[in-house]
Amino acid sequence: MALKMVKGSIDRMFDKNLQDLVRGIRNHKEDEAKYISQCIDEIKQELKQDNIAVKANAVCKLTYLQMLGYDISWAAFNIIEVMSASKFTFKRIGYLAASQCFHEGTDVIMLTTNQIRKDLSSPNQYDTGVALTGLSCFVTPDLARDLANDIMTLMSHTKPYIRKKAVLIMYKVFLKYPESLRPAFPRLKEKLEDPDPGVQSAAVNVICELARRNPKNYLSLAPLFFKLMTSSTNNWVLIKIIKLFGALTPLEPRLGKKLIEPLTNLIHSISVFGEKMYFVFAVKYLGLLAMSKILKTHPKSVQSHKDLILQCCGLRTSISLCFVLRQVSKKNLMEIVKKLMIHVDKAEGTTYRDELLTKIIDICSQSNYQYITNFEWYISILVELTRLEGTRHGHLIASQMLDVAIRVKAIRMFAVSQMAMLLDNAHLIASNTQRNGICEVLYAAAWICGEFSEHLDEPNQTLEAMLRPKVTTLPGHIQAVYVQNMVKLYASILQQKEQAGEKEAAKEITQMMVERIPQFVQSADLEVQERASCILQLIKYIQKLQIKEVPVAEEVIALFAGELNPVAPKAQKKVPVPEGLDLDAWINEPPSDSESEDEKPRTIFHDEEQRHSRHRQPEIDEEELARRREVRKQEQANNPFYIKSSPSPQKRYQDSPGVEHIPVVQIDLSVPLKVPGMPMGSDQYVKLEEERRHKQKLEKDKKKKKQKKEKKGGKHRRHNSLHTESDEDIAPAQHVDIITEEMPENALPSDEDDKDPNDPYKALDIDLDK
Amino acid sequence: PLKKRILDASEERQQQIIRVTFHLVSKHDENVCNFLEGGLLIGGSDNKLIYRHYATFYFVFCVDSSESELGILDLIQVFVETLDKCFENVCELDLIFHVDKVHNIVAEMVIGGMVLETNMNEIVTQIDAQNKLEKSEAGLAGAPVWAVSAVKNMNLPEIPRNINIGDISIKVRNLPSFK
Repeated sequence: MALKMVKGSIDRMFDKNLQDLVRGIRNHKEDEAKYISQCIDEIKQELKQDNIAVKANAVCKLTYLQMLGYDISWAAFNIIEVMSASKFTFKRIGYLAASQCFHEGTDVIMLTTNQIRKDLSSPNQYDTGVALTGLSCFVTPDLARDLANDIMTLMSHTKPYIRKKAVLIMYKVFLKYPESLRPAFPRLKEKLEDPDPGVQSAAVNVICELARRNPKNYLSLAPLFFKLMTSSTNNWVLIKIIKLFGALTPLEPRLGKKLIEPLTNLIHSISVFGEKMYFVFAVKYLGLLAMSKILKTHPKSVQSHKDLILQCCGLRTSISLCFVLRQVSKKNLMEIVKKLMIHVDKAEGTTYRDELLTKIIDICSQSNYQYITNFEWYISILVELTRLEGTRHGHLIASQMLDVAIRVKAIRMFAVSQMAMLLDNAHLIASNTQRNGICEVLYAAAWICGEFSEHLDEPNQTLEAMLRPKVTTLPGHIQAVYVQNMVKLYASILQQKEQAGEKEAAKEITQMMVERIPQFVQSADLEVQERASCILQLIKYIQKLQIKEVPVAEEVIALFAGELNPVAPKAQKKVPVPEGLDLDAWINEPPSDSESEDEKPRTIFHDEEQRHSRHRQPEIDEEELARRREVRKQEQANNPFYIKSSPSPQKRYQDSPGVEHIPVVQIDLSVPLKVPGMPMGSDQYVKLEEERRHKQKLEKDKKKKKQKKEKKGGKHRRHNSLHTESDEDIAPAQHVDIITEEMPENALPSDEDDKDPNDPYKALDIDLDK
Repeated sequence: PLKKRILDASEERQQQIIRVTFHLVSKHDENVCNFLEGGLLIGGSDNKLIYRHYATFYFVFCVDSSESELGILDLIQVFVETLDKCFENVCELDLIFHVDKVHNIVAEMVIGGMVLETNMNEIVTQIDAQNKLEKSEAGLAGAPVWAVSAVKNMNLPEIPRNINIGDISIKVRNLPSFK
């Protein structure tokens, strides 16, 4: 018997331990699966032994294999055996294995309850510790319910090591068994004032986590946290508390005002923490973040923001960009974007550049362009952004151009002139034909020129630019837009010529179209082909009519009458079900079992009428169009910032004598794109904007002075509006005309968000003050 | 790759997550920031991957929005320093062969997905205490196992099969291999 034992232990010496296993796997790279299945067999043998050390070793190896992706749930019972070892070393191995592979579906998990309870009350703090750590990974609702009391008791253990762990694991317990929150909460609150800083920060951690989901229940704790914030020096705690206040202040506005002072102090006083530079920045950032959420009009905070913005942009992280996004106001938007554009220029590598681009557009377009005071500036920014090579956000710029051009009527003239320029220089942009590349802006340019063609100065030239052969190298969807819009443009030119009585010019235009459109008919893209073929036939027909001297422009224009307005994203959902329509009723008799399979199922449509309400408004007649044109011309004459287009340099070049015989060749260079002929750099808008605002203010002051003189006596406080001019005082140069999007008639006003009924955080929404 | 699972997720999904993580992180530029927003695979955009690169290692933490990114970067730093202290100039092989020890260190820093301790000295103190406990439990019975382990870990040079000194020729028998 003794010999057997000795032999047994010698055998066991040659059992593989974890290191051997790892080494073995590394040495069997080619037949790893085979080797591992061999090892698993060995492990199964080892697990049959009585010796707990052997079992522990086996489980340790299994944990490693589980990490590699192998399922070890078949060994669950053995793992529990090892967990119940008396020696800490083995116990630890057992709990580790359990934490990696036990989950709510593990059948035998209930068997662990008593063992865990025993370990939790063990005199050895490391036994308790290891049990808590393990439990935190596999706690189930049942386990939580059974062990909640034991863990709550541990929150008051003599050793801070245990208290810390117990406090943190309570959060998990709360999630799985929400009924435990109410009884445990008083003790949790106590821990906020625990003498040990580690325990304190654990309590802060848990409460912040809870408050994040249900902030209103924890509002009453605000004074306590206030005290902590002003007295704590632990960075982690500070960060959590600041985040907590960020969540609480929207609910309690007075809180915001109280927080200004301590937060400002905090920011200024953080110079002590030497090497932990990251933390300094994190707390500063969070402090300012909270401040910005709290007060948008406090002048002091705007001041400190400016400095930080400059600091941030040097640091290439998304934090700084997010931060900038929040600091924007009407006053500083142009400045901020200017600085960002500098960074865009400097940035090498397209990822960061792209992110900047997205952020610039985000900033500018948020809240329906709330912060933009001069849309001409914005359009010129967008055009500058088209210079970016290799961007993947061409569609974003394009959609912005479209959006602004549609919604801001006053800007259409300017937008159209810029777009015409882009079309003219399309050969420079078209060389980059990747998906979502910068060529997408041509989509927008073509559409804008087509839709608002009445603003074009040189419609003939633009039409000619759209018909160039190079256009056929663009992606299909862009060509399709080109084709559609060149017809719109053609129609408007036709109308112009007919009205002016220039019959020959009208015929010339038609002839040009007939000659150039066939290149699109041959396109490989289906949509382009279809559109081009239809249009070709239409134009040939028009040509025939023109030969017979029939005035045709009116009818052609009528094809494109009506405005296209933006449609609300929920419009489809909101189409109301008309009276008397029951969508659930059978239309026919319910089918019998012997129904043949050839019968097509009847689909139930909404009433056709509903769809029409979302279509274009009834056609506007010719008079209306002419009148609008007149009004527009008046507006332009009165607008001091309207730029009369200067002749483009290209034209000048061609006009100079002796130069016509030199053929103009387009060169495909991969150098940064310079779109020639832009009338004004966006920087100059900043200056102009300042002048405009100054003028505005002077006029206002004059009015105030007048009012003062008219009143008799009495003291009036002079509002020195130089420094505290708020955003509301600034009137934008152009207004967004179309803000509300189209919706079907009788649409219901509100809708419900889909709420997830299984959200565990909802269950924790308990009012703790009762 | 070492991983510590906190959430419930099936085996395959965990492996999938690891693959995606590895893919994302290894593709990332040096100069780009260390935070990646999680896609659907990593539990939605509320979650982020925060990582730091040390020589051949990537340490990746997946956190949700309640954690401060810079704070986590600091945590990773503390973690690496702790590893260095516990393994004495940690190197890649240490982490590969002593995965369980690494898990134990993590257990002293994070519990149930929440940060437990960020002070390196405190963490090392606890680890040392537990190591002592382990050693005292193993006692004398552990000696043979350790001896065998030690031999296995030694890098024995290749023993020549034939030793020829003058006219004496010694044949060396094949020793059992530990591989």
